[in-house]
Amino acid sequence: MFPTPIAKKSRSYQLTYQAVLPFALILWLLPLIAVAMFSIKPAADFANGNYWGWPSSFEGFTNYGKVFLESNMPRYLLNSMFITIPTVLGAVALSSMAGFALGIYKFKGNLFIFFMFIAGNFVPFQILMVPVRDLTINMGMYDSIQGLVLFHIAFQTGFCTLFMRNFIRALPFPLIEAARVEGVAEWRIFWYVVLPLMKPALAALAVLIFTFIWNDYFWAVVLTQGPSAQPVTAGITEFNSQFRAAYHLMSAGSIVAALPPVAMFFLMQKHFIAGLTLGAVK
Amino acid sequence: MRPQLNPSANRCMVFACVKSAEGHDMSSLTPTSRSWYKRNEIALTPWLFLFPAMLFFAVYVIIPIGQSFWISFHQWDGLGEKTYIGTANYERLLGIGDQNIDRKFETSFWNNLKWLVLYLLAVPAGLFIALLLNQTVRGIRLYKSLFFFPFVISQVVVGLVFSWFYLPREGLLNAILGVFGAGPVNILGDPTLATYGIIAAGLWPQTAYCMILYLTGLNAVDPEQVEAARLDGAKGYKMLWYIILPQLKPATFIAFVVTIIGALRSFDLISVMTNGGPFGSTRVLSFYMFEESLSEFGFRMGYGSAIAVVLFFIMLGFIGYFLYSMWRDEKGAR
Repeated sequence: MFPTPIAKKSRSYQLTYQAVLPFALILWLLPLIAVAMFSIKPAADFANGNYWGWPSSFEGFTNYGKVFLESNMPRYLLNSMFITIPTVLGAVALSSMAGFALGIYKFKGNLFIFFMFIAGNFVPFQILMVPVRDLTINMGMYDSIQGLVLFHIAFQTGFCTLFMRNFIRALPFPLIEAARVEGVAEWRIFWYVVLPLMKPALAALAVLIFTFIWNDYFWAVVLTQGPSAQPVTAGITEFNSQFRAAYHLMSAGSIVAALPPVAMFFLMQKHFIAGLTLGAVK
Repeated sequence: MRPQLNPSANRCMVFACVKSAEGHDMSSLTPTSRSWYKRNEIALTPWLFLFPAMLFFAVYVIIPIGQSFWISFHQWDGLGEKTYIGTANYERLLGIGDQNIDRKFETSFWNNLKWLVLYLLAVPAGLFIALLLNQTVRGIRLYKSLFFFPFVISQVVVGLVFSWFYLPREGLLNAILGVFGAGPVNILGDPTLATYGIIAAGLWPQTAYCMILYLTGLNAVDPEQVEAARLDGAKGYKMLWYIILPQLKPATFIAFVVTIIGALRSFDLISVMTNGGPFGSTRVLSFYMFEESLSEFGFRMGYGSAIAVVLFFIMLGFIGYFLYSMWRDEKGAR
């Protein structure tokens, strides 16, 4: 193990380490702690210039209540849900099929198609922006949840296929050969043999894509406008102009907007990190 | 289900003969009785499985890349007719002929370079934190998650959080500087500092990402090699450089890929924190393209597409290199 395990070091070294850790963490999360602090302060503190002192009263419930009751925030959160969940399902479905095809079969153009998916996943969004916006308008889906979902599914399929293909590649191939010898149809091999083995990969991808799509801002701005379809990342701008300079409310709003992926991460940590670090070890 | 042999290639027919010689059921093996699909099942299945993904990907990713190239040779407001103007957009952008280079483009390009170079600091910073946290003490798992979680927060919120952090009067940064007697600085209001302020905000989640990559990599380091090197007297930096880092190569590769791509994609933070200002000093190509195409001064889709094409070619250099090294690994695996 590197660095040398702390247990092998001197007692004073161990104590220093234990003391440094929480200090480093607070420093690391300082901007976030500041916002959390803002979000429970009363408006009066800001008027009196008490930005960094102790809150004169705890107003967490009032502030967060206002976010939910006096703004479009619930609507934006709901939109984000309706955008994120279908995208996760669609992208995972398409890519597990494509990954199966690319990971199991040997055919001409296999590697070429695979690299096409990888390359497409890396392109700058801006080169897609004008045509995709135009296409969405022509299909009558501008400023709609469906328009955003269709694009997200298509784009995420690139990354997901890379992920799925490599995962399926690592499965024991004799299993599939055995099924073939038994005469199992190919689609049944996918459904009954490969898919059950892919459960960890499916979970990892679902959590990752949830986070990516929830946090998307660029496409939300390009393909939607207004509270009817905008997700929370884009809606927060409108929210902030509604509560201009009311830092306690803006802070509370930001925390609400950021919370769902954070909750997802802490609940599904193992899968999340497994997905993110795929390929970081050989 | 009735046992049936795999109906794909000639090899299988040989296989079928072997099987029938062993006295298995032969009736299902007569080739004429099987449908065309059954006979070609192995060749057809991959294409059927690929079809939906390829359709989506082609319509929304591959074809639009070509269309953007096409649009970049036109003048277009996004609604009316496109007017073909040849390479005029590029000439205006790069200042070919008797015109000057587009100043906004120039600023954006240099800012992109700053992003690229400074953003890569996330890689060593991530390694540093990973080395700090790669211990087994009580509660270390919680520490690892808490160090990582800025990455999970949306860039929009990161941008907001940092712009409040930098506020000249209310911001915590200036409150801390004040304790040390340093005067208040308005980072996002100062054209010479604003870009660096945004990059610092971007480094925060990116470092967390690199950290988690390295933590996973460190987990897989071969303990025997480390022990052997230790017996040979290697420690500290020497150990890190000659024994550990070579084993972390896959993690380093991915860290570089995601950081470079992230640097060139930077848009959210700039849009939220400064909206390109002050005086356009924080624009990067991706932001400038957006601004030209969907600005309130009218839609210049052709010109915007030309900027996107330039950005695409910059990115293509990196993508080409990434694909080449992945392809090399694929070949090695075969």
